[in-house]
This record gives sequence, C-alpha cells and structure tokens, in this order.
Amino acid sequence: MIVPRLIPCLDVKDGRVVKGVRFQGLRDAGDPVELARAYQAQGADELCLLDVSATPEGRGHAVETVRAVRRELGIPLTVGGGVRLVADAARLLAVGADKVAVNSAAVARPQLLQELASTFGAQCTVLALDAARRGDGWEVVVKSGQERTGLDVLAWAEEATALGAGEILLTSWDRDGTGSGYDLELLRALTARVSVPVIASGGADGVGHMLEALEAGAHAVLAATIFHDGHTTVASLKSEMLAAGQEVRP
Amino acid sequence: MSLPEVSIVATGLANTASVRAAFERLGVATRLVDDTFEVQRAQALVLPGVGAFAPAARALDDLGLRGALRQRIEENRPTLGICLGMQLFCAGSHEGVGARGLGLVPALVEPLPAGPPLPQLGWNRVEPGPGCALLEPGWAYFAHTYCVGEPPEGWNVATTEYGRTYVSAMELGRVLACQFHPELSGEWGAALLRRWLESAS
Repeated sequence: MIVPRLIPCLDVKDGRVVKGVRFQGLRDAGDPVELARAYQAQGADELCLLDVSATPEGRGHAVETVRAVRRELGIPLTVGGGVRLVADAARLLAVGADKVAVNSAAVARPQLLQELASTFGAQCTVLALDAARRGDGWEVVVKSGQERTGLDVLAWAEEATALGAGEILLTSWDRDGTGSGYDLELLRALTARVSVPVIASGGADGVGHMLEALEAGAHAVLAATIFHDGHTTVASLKSEMLAAGQEVRP
Repeated sequence: MSLPEVSIVATGLANTASVRAAFERLGVATRLVDDTFEVQRAQALVLPGVGAFAPAARALDDLGLRGALRQRIEENRPTLGICLGMQLFCAGSHEGVGARGLGLVPALVEPLPAGPPLPQLGWNRVEPGPGCALLEPGWAYFAHTYCVGEPPEGWNVATTEYGRTYVSAMELGRVLACQFHPELSGEWGAALLRRWLESAS
C-alpha cells in the first residue's frame, strides 16, 4: 500500500531559504543545503524547492542551489519557479530535480504542460496552483498572489491534467503561512475532480491539520513554516501520525 | 571491497543527475556513456529512464545501443535498469504500441489499473519473493503509470500493491531491474545500490 508523503518546502531566494505570510514579508529561514540535509535525516519523503527570485541572477543561484541540494539528497526533489520553456525544465532536471513544477507560465500558456509531459512524462510534470477563495469557489492567482486570473481553480486543474500534469501542488493563498490549517473544502473539491495525486499546501501548523488534509483526500502534505521555525520535526509529526493510526514510511 | 566505476547510459531522457549523485554518495565514480563501445566495456552499467516508452526505445535505436545492451545482459554482466529502464528490458509496451523493447524479458508492459491516483507517485512497499538475492523488503519511491504485471519466466521478482499486485523489481544474477527509483529511495535504496555494486565487483 502506498503511504502519504510528508514534504518540507524550501522557498529559495538568492541562495537562501525565505518564508513569509501569504507570499509576502519574506524573512530569512536558513541555508537550503543544511535544511535539506536535516529534513532528509528526519524522514522527509520528498523535498520541494521553489525559487521565488524574480531576477535572472536569482535564477542562476537557484540552479546552483538545486545542484548542491541534490548531492545530499537521496529522496525525490521537486523544483519550481521560473520555468517557462521545456529548456528551463531540462536545465533543472540536468542538475538534479526529479520533478518540475510550473505555475504562472502554464496559466499564460497551457500548452507548456503538454510539452513538458510529452518530453519528460506526466510523472515529472507538476502543476503548482495557488488558489484564493472567491465567494463559493476559488480563483487561480499568480505572481505570488498579486495577480488574479479569473480562472476557476477546479476547471483549470481539470484542463491542466488533461494536458499532461501528473500531480497538483495545491496551495491555499488564504492559508499560506498562517498556521490556520489547510483549506479542506478546497481539497475535497479538487480531489473529487481530478485523478492525479494532490499535494496539500498552505496553512499547516501541526499533525492535526495534516491528518485532516489526508482525510479530505490529499495524497501528500507540504509545510514550510512549522519546520523552518523549529516548531516541530518531520520525525515527530510522523510518530504522531502513526499514533493516530495513519501509516507512514518509517 | 572496492566498488567498480558506474557507467550511466545518457539517453537525454532521464534524471541522470539523481542517479549519479546516489552512486557518488557511495564513494563511486560515475560517467555518462552513449556509445556501443562504452556500453560493452562498462564494469557496471545503469540504464535509467523517465518519460514515455516509445521515445526512449527510439533513443536506444538512435544511439545504436540495442545489441550491446542485449549482449551484456545475456552474458549476465552487471546491469541495472531503473523505472523506464526496467520496462525497456521487456518485449514491448501498451504505452508505445509498435515500439520494441530489448526483448530480454518475456513481458508486455501494461497500464496500472484505474482506481487509485495515476501516476503512482510516492512510497510503497517492495516485497521480494523467493530466489531474490539483492532485493530486500522495504519502502521505495515510485513514479510511474505503466508496469510489468505478471512475473516473467526465469526472473526472481519482488512485488508491490497498487490497485493490483505487480512486479516492482526483478533480478537474475548480476542483472537488476527496478520499477521504483533506488536512487530516490533513501537509505534502503542506497543499500540496494551498494549490494548490486558489490555483486559486480
């Protein structure tokens, strides 16, 4: 039986890990290689590295960061941020990414998903989707939540998976960095709509939130703030999950 | 025991950086190879692969590697197929109808059943059957939609459950093929790579 994954996320800017609230007010949270090594030792099932630099210099740093993290890491590594072309993805895979996540560029040009999937396979093509609540539904937001797209989250997810996205990294913009728990309604709605694995992201502040997300249909849970701030470790979350009857990889 | 250098077939369609890093953490030198001579002379050879069956099969044709790969596996020289690399050992695949595999394993690669999410992405149990010498029980990382369904004649297999029971790895002497990614399967995966290399030296 497959077990849910617990995924620490490193938001990286200019070679350093940063974290904010709702993608804003970024503060330094450490060295990516040191954090990657620590999370792996704690039993992380996968690592996600999102390049949040907005400059070409930052992108160059990110490639070096991926290379350095890869040397240490014997678990899967998903990398996102700034991927606009198949060549961008190829560059990240060449230095050690195992999966590539695309966000704004796929919204601007959905065909990118098809190009990535036909070149590297759906299992390598991750759609990163930032969702903001709007009335009864959710709207896709891009550019760190600064730009609305008018796209309905569920319709976009369905289109993206039809084009070749093999996994969805679903971040609730409303919950990101707040510690108020994942958006469970959103998770239920999305996992009912698509047949690819869904990673829940945004709002986790402990094992209770993670168990709720899995119950709501998530196949993996991602968190950043609680790990960087030392509130907890992957190992202690996993033992709490086991104690609650949720099987995890030891 | 000194471990041999590892040659990794560079089809241009694989996460070779992760594979190299895994062996380098074991203290082993790695090199990328893409011609017949190097495939023939490699002490230990890895055929990695991500993506789809047909382009990967075509890449073997373009590089002219079929004969050399077949020969070294038939001669039981240390060879490891990973993910799509394992599938390429087979005769063919439902994924790329018409594309030929290496035909070393009498099996047709088929889709995982509908029901659980596809692709299978994540950690699952590997349970080796009788006769396995390299494979041990443990948790491995998988990323795939197609699989070898039934144990092929003549191979020692490990199985995994995902909507069905399927073949998650197979071994025969010093030839090992894994549907999962040993290079991404933590310490358990690293230990498997080490045992394979020890069998090669």
